Amino acid sequence: MAEMDTSGGGHKKGPGVKKGKKLSTRIDLTPMVDLGFLLITFFIFTTTMSQPTAFKLNLPKEADKPDNDTKIKNSGALTILLGSDNHVFYYEGILDPAGKNFKSSTFKDIREEIINKKRSTDEKDFFIVIKPNEESTYKNVIDALDEMAINVVKRYALVEISEGENQLIKATEKFSKAN
Amino acid sequence: MSRPKLPRKSTSIDMTAMCDVAFLLLSFFILTTKFKASEAITVNTPSSVASKVAPDKDIVLITIDKNGKVFISLDDESKKVFIATTLNTTKNLNLDVNKFAKSKFFGTSFTQLSSFLNIPEESRKGNLLPGIPCKDSINNELVDWMKIVNDSYQGQKVNLLLKGDNLSKYPSFKNVIYAFKKNDFLKFQMVTNPESVPIGSDLWKMNQSKSGSKED
Repeated sequence: MAEMDTSGGGHKKGPGVKKGKKLSTRIDLTPMVDLGFLLITFFIFTTTMSQPTAFKLNLPKEADKPDNDTKIKNSGALTILLGSDNHVFYYEGILDPAGKNFKSSTFKDIREEIINKKRSTDEKDFFIVIKPNEESTYKNVIDALDEMAINVVKRYALVEISEGENQLIKATEKFSKAN
Repeated sequence: MSRPKLPRKSTSIDMTAMCDVAFLLLSFFILTTKFKASEAITVNTPSSVASKVAPDKDIVLITIDKNGKVFISLDDESKKVFIATTLNTTKNLNLDVNKFAKSKFFGTSFTQLSSFLNIPEESRKGNLLPGIPCKDSINNELVDWMKIVNDSYQGQKVNLLLKGDNLSKYPSFKNVIYAFKKNDFLKFQMVTNPESVPIGSDLWKMNQSKSGSKED
């Protein structure tokens, strides 16, 4: 790469010349150019992608009337419950009094569940209900809404969790923490 | 007599010109990056696959930090002047209208607002302020804020943005939504970091077919 040319200064010039050898240094600039381009690509990518994006959300009006116009079959509903510490629980249809269909999951696996449920139900009956409890974080809620967008779920709702479901979540979390 | 191996001639290219071009481009990009202003309120927003860029005109931004404190900021000074005068007449707060209009954000209860305005701009940090009280539905001052904001915009289009921290708990989010609903602000946007759509998902397939039909 870099080389020092010493062959040229081999012969003596004459008496009285102290510096007989003249060294010429030729530095290879290729690594410097590589670094330069690396920095350039870094700046190219960071300038274009720094704009924050906005996630649109439409809230329904204060619905005092019961769901007369939105007839949904309970079998087509998938309820996702968000607990503390990024825990996710879900059940299909109505919550069984004995809690038999209450399952727990993580954010990665819940996508599988949503896809499975979506494929197995009719489009007009498919409906997801998201119920975050008071220990879940904003990130959990946004991730859940994100899953709706990724899986193109047309109908979904963000509702309050009921006391029974909250108790079930707390009991399950305590149980799994104890183990 | 042909040698199987041809004699190799060494080519040494002078890299100075390439180096000059590289550094020129680099300085161009360094000068054109805009560093985002250091915020008084540090928020880490979650990421989402939403693709629309957040608007930056006519915005009313509600920020929820990681402790659940709520702050509000508006970018239109004339609206802030209107809000200040309304607050002075309805709640008798005796606010300095100019200081209110210049302030970048607000994060205290109504009674503490005048003392907040007396703090110099650089010392107004989000972690020292108590935030707008909206802990429960009875004591939700955000409802009043949103009502006055609604009056100040008087039917003009307003972009309502919500910027929440990853670690803020759901109840603060719920109370903010409650304040929006009470004032009929049913459409709003949440500020997130951009994220690429996972390949193979339904949304990705939809985007593929959309871009395919656009090319025709």
